[in-house]
Amino acid sequence: MFFDVAIDMQVDDHAFALEFTSDAKLTALVGPSGVGKTSTLNAIAGLLCPQAGRIAVAGEILFDSDQGIDLPPEKRGAGYVFQDARLFPHRKVSANLVYGEKLAAPDKRLITTDEVVSLLEIGHLLDRLPATLSGGEARRVAIGRALLSAPRFLLLDEPLASLDESRAETLLSLIERLRDELDLPMLLVSHSTAEVERLAGRVVEMTVTKPA
Amino acid sequence: MLTPAEWTVVALSLKVSLVAVLVTMPIAYGLAWVIARRRFPGRMLLDALVHLPLVLPPVVTGWLLLILLGRNGAIGGWLYETFGVTLVFNWTGAAVAAGVMALPLMVRAMRLSIEAVDRRLVGAARTLGASPWHAFLTITLPLSLPGIAAGAMLGFARSLGEFGATITFAANIAGETRTLPLAIYTGLQLPGAESAVTRLAVIAIVLSLGALLVSEWLVRRSQGNRAHVL
Repeated sequence: MFFDVAIDMQVDDHAFALEFTSDAKLTALVGPSGVGKTSTLNAIAGLLCPQAGRIAVAGEILFDSDQGIDLPPEKRGAGYVFQDARLFPHRKVSANLVYGEKLAAPDKRLITTDEVVSLLEIGHLLDRLPATLSGGEARRVAIGRALLSAPRFLLLDEPLASLDESRAETLLSLIERLRDELDLPMLLVSHSTAEVERLAGRVVEMTVTKPA
Repeated sequence: MLTPAEWTVVALSLKVSLVAVLVTMPIAYGLAWVIARRRFPGRMLLDALVHLPLVLPPVVTGWLLLILLGRNGAIGGWLYETFGVTLVFNWTGAAVAAGVMALPLMVRAMRLSIEAVDRRLVGAARTLGASPWHAFLTITLPLSLPGIAAGAMLGFARSLGEFGATITFAANIAGETRTLPLAIYTGLQLPGAESAVTRLAVIAIVLSLGALLVSEWLVRRSQGNRAHVL
């Protein structure tokens, strides 16, 4: 099983519960705004702590309230591509890319910096600062940074949001390639049905739940 | 221009302020980080305590230092008995007084710049494999550098001007604790020392203005870096 999630979440005033398992290479998480899709990604990455429950990815338990397991984010192996890219503003693109690579065990690396640069076509951006990048460029760099950190799985939060059609199409085929060529379970949050139908092997629909 | 005694005053002032700022800087940054990033009971109290030297009459701060760090004080007595160190009536005492008075200003500047660092960047660093300490060193610390520089310069300017707490705690001893403001004050008590007072006052103005300009330059440079160079 790639993703095995059963959590009770409380984020500020919003409470929700979510339970799903998936063994598709790419799982899509869909649902209306504010339902807790991003919070779910944050919980899987270890940036938010569920009230209770269990999170396992590719056979490894990341969180289990019954067993008292709660791995810190740096031990979870999440390659998290944030919706806002979240590049480090004081580091050039090249330094952003290798941030996680330097911290990863060499034998766990999936891909080299050169491969990432040519795959994402970001060679001309390496000397730039994140503030000078367009939204699409920043997102490609964020994907590269996540891939280079030797992740065990990928979390993609609305990777195509606010991109114009041609750029969205480029990124969509890129995600397809990653899905088919890398051995990485992927969990994608999306609003777009077209995107989800094309990419996902399994769709998890989140609906507004009243706390018990 | 200056007499040897006046040069002593200037050199002592610079030494006291420099040591005060260098020693206070890591303490101020640690306090600023805790107040900016941690939520714990007593945080408000800690914040208030840090700001106390800003609102208390400096003489009272000096008196409190005397009670705590004087040779018979709770901490000072222990320091004297264990290490034979005395802080009262020597230049280290003047540096302690200046550092304590500069602390609130330094914490304020640093805290603002730490709060301005997006915490989600730290979260991103953690998902990329950084321990909390590594994320601090590579994200929070470099992004809050402008605040560290501004805090250090403000603290330096404040230390140069420190009078009340210094004269109360470290006394007014020529060559030991008589910094610029104390020397100017002493000169004003003596008949016929007007020209010496004027020279010292001009130096005080030049040094303070210099510190301000350097701090402004540091902030601009770091902003420039962020936009173009790094």
